[in-house]
Amino acid sequence: MSVESLFPRLEPLLPKVQKPIQYVGGELNSTVKDWDEATVRWALMYPDAYEVGLPNQGVQILYEILNELPETLAERTYAVWPDLEALMRSEGVPQFTVDGHRPVRAFDVLGVSFATELGYTNLLTALDLAGIPLEAADRTDEDPIVLAGGHAAFNPEPIADFLDAAVLGDGEQIAIAISEVLREWKAEGSPGGRDELLMRLASTGGVYVPKFYDVEYHPDGRIMRVVPNRDGVPTRVFKHTVMDLDEWPYPKKPLVPLAETVHERFSVEIFRGCTRGCRFCQAGMITRPVRERSITTIGDMVEAGIKESGFSEVGLLSLSSADHSEIADVTRGLADRYEGSQVGLSLPSTRVDAFNIDLANELSRNGRRSGLTFAPEGGSERMRKVINKMVTEEDLIRTVTTAYSNGWRQVKLYFMCGLPTEEDVDVLGIADLAKKVIKAGREATGSRDIRCTVSIGGFVPKPHTPFQWAAQGDHETVDRRLRALRDALRSDKEYGRAIGYRYHDGKPSIVEGLLSRGDRRVGRVIRAVWEDGGRFDGWSEHFSFERWMAAAERALADVPVDVDWYTTRERDEHEVLPWDHLDAGLDREWLWQDWQDAVNNVEVEDCRWTPCYDCGVCPTMGTEIQIGPTGRKLLPLTVI
Amino acid sequence: MQRLRVRYAKRGRLRFTSHRDISRAVERAVRRAGIPVAYSAGFSPHPKISYAGAAPTGVASEAEYLEIGVNRPCDPRQVRDDLDASLPPGLDVLDVVEARDGNLADRLEGSVWELRLPGADPGEAERAVKEFLSADLVEVERLTKKGMRRFDARQAVRSLAVVGEPGITAGQETVQPCVILRMVVRHETPAVRPDDVLMGLRLVAGFAPPSPAAVTRLAQGPLDAMTGEPADPFAFDRAGGDR
Repeated sequence: MSVESLFPRLEPLLPKVQKPIQYVGGELNSTVKDWDEATVRWALMYPDAYEVGLPNQGVQILYEILNELPETLAERTYAVWPDLEALMRSEGVPQFTVDGHRPVRAFDVLGVSFATELGYTNLLTALDLAGIPLEAADRTDEDPIVLAGGHAAFNPEPIADFLDAAVLGDGEQIAIAISEVLREWKAEGSPGGRDELLMRLASTGGVYVPKFYDVEYHPDGRIMRVVPNRDGVPTRVFKHTVMDLDEWPYPKKPLVPLAETVHERFSVEIFRGCTRGCRFCQAGMITRPVRERSITTIGDMVEAGIKESGFSEVGLLSLSSADHSEIADVTRGLADRYEGSQVGLSLPSTRVDAFNIDLANELSRNGRRSGLTFAPEGGSERMRKVINKMVTEEDLIRTVTTAYSNGWRQVKLYFMCGLPTEEDVDVLGIADLAKKVIKAGREATGSRDIRCTVSIGGFVPKPHTPFQWAAQGDHETVDRRLRALRDALRSDKEYGRAIGYRYHDGKPSIVEGLLSRGDRRVGRVIRAVWEDGGRFDGWSEHFSFERWMAAAERALADVPVDVDWYTTRERDEHEVLPWDHLDAGLDREWLWQDWQDAVNNVEVEDCRWTPCYDCGVCPTMGTEIQIGPTGRKLLPLTVI
Repeated sequence: MQRLRVRYAKRGRLRFTSHRDISRAVERAVRRAGIPVAYSAGFSPHPKISYAGAAPTGVASEAEYLEIGVNRPCDPRQVRDDLDASLPPGLDVLDVVEARDGNLADRLEGSVWELRLPGADPGEAERAVKEFLSADLVEVERLTKKGMRRFDARQAVRSLAVVGEPGITAGQETVQPCVILRMVVRHETPAVRPDDVLMGLRLVAGFAPPSPAAVTRLAQGPLDAMTGEPADPFAFDRAGGDR
């Protein structure tokens, strides 16, 4: 049965909404495959506005890989803004894909990539607009399988009731495997309906189906255990790891939007994983081990990507790009290749050392030296030991001095507030640090024309990190410290004017904390917020702390837990955590030991260059660190 | 530096592109097509591409114009083909000429607009057009960046008529019975847009079509003193090329 395009019904609504171009699709390198020639059909969603969702690497990679499969098609859908949502409701137009403008409910799978928990309410809007029942328990064989991925899926429990399934880790291979299970099941005539399909997926051990697990609670509200409720369902579900990034050089054909988006560049991931061991960093914990893409593949991808897209900026992505074993050759090679052209190169530079400045100098050959960003994260030496961000004050001063002497005018410094064991003095230390930065910069350059910006946000403890047991700082304390820091910076007559200050208040962090470490009971809060009009919670103009707190009070009235219980409460070693049955490969005892080391200011080295510190990932997952050097170099491009 | 003048169309779904969307798309297409575009000097170099009076977001067009400065001489026909192939379908390059002297924007004195009004009553439309044309002044209001502004929408309109035969269908994919208005509007400050004329029709005769108009710009150019119609703005450049 063919599916009609919704575009003729959508089109009359478009002149009435903001930025209509975001809903029409037709991006360069997008694909609309024939509906009837495919057997397995995926709708891929990034649950935020198009301008944020389109550049997302994960969605672009899966979109391309799935569309390369002969019997599979994939289209994309994004959260629609409230102006279009209202019109779609009044005109009866369902959630659509931007490629073929097909109704999302007609697909076999709705795959949703959650980079952040703040997209949960947007999932509910999309399901509701699509005509898909919000709760998985109410869905029929006519509804797609709602499948979550992305970093937030490492604890999908708060949205467990709304999901049919979740996958952890790298999506490339598991997406193809899921497509194959679906193809076989459909070829057999869809035996046993969606229940059997979910059972087939769950029994592989690589797909988490929440409804096949029961959660039992202690009378005081803590979780007693999480157990499979039927035979053939594994007790633990494991993450997926792509081991050879050179075999998966995606995106090959980046999507080039007509609408303006948050990242107007072609991005190449130069490695996955990070073993620096920053204790607050969920990405660094759940993406282990380090797997580098080789210098030659990086060069090929950059060349092809520019040609296919026409982008003038290339970003070299990873969690700590300067750590690539051949980063100097990569940056020099690319800078040589594109010297004199209008192609700009950028490296998210977060490592605080002078080597980073060399790289930045190379990459800025074609352009201007405006600003460099570093992330010391903690304001005091002690704080940085707690979070295992091994940067001394001397390192930082030496690095920024080098930057200023090399012609960089502006340095941005990232910090967090509300870290475990933090005291007022740790946050006020940021002001001293910033003043020393300006002082050193003025001495090194003999100029007063240098600036430094302090950017600070509230810390949120995340699952699968050593801080998963920690008490989150309450928003009153966080806000008080942020104000004190602002006053300390502004009141300084000598340096205050050279220091910019940007901060986010502590309330949104509490909601993020609730969603990050929540369990299945938090699902009712999300639903209550959504029913109360909650949308686009990542956008300050749409976010309402009061709405979340009021909804939580109502939704959690009959259980012995509340928002504080989920956020500002410290957990003990043996408490069952909502995500304990979901395995990122990290050894729980190692995480606990690392948490104890944190409290005792003990640091841990990076296992990329020093011996293994037994986090457990490699033996559990059967993986190993994959780094160069390959010894190869980037050759000049031949002019055609 | 050689300058190339480009006429392009904005068709179908791509009529929802804004002026900024188009300039990003053109810059990328120029790079993909390997056209040797010149860059401005200075701290942050920009490609030398200039746009003349872009049609509003949501309005289709058969006659949009831009000018590209290039570092080395290019064959205009080759640029037309390469640029068209590099732009997404719906942004279609129609004509490229090498610029002679003069300012292209100055030559674009007026536009031909076609408005399709689905579900509108033809008799009412005829009456409203007659009322509008017989007035000396039709004051309309529009919300601008500077707040609500009142201005005359009548004097800029050189001609306005209900036309029987459908013109070029650049806009709508949806096909339904509609009244078609054709008008020639002189470019003035403040600009009188098709929407302003529609508002004028409502003010003078209470003409209010049930759904939004699908608007297409059919042509732009120097207004002929005799006919009041726009001529080809490239005629001057082409005459130079033939010599």
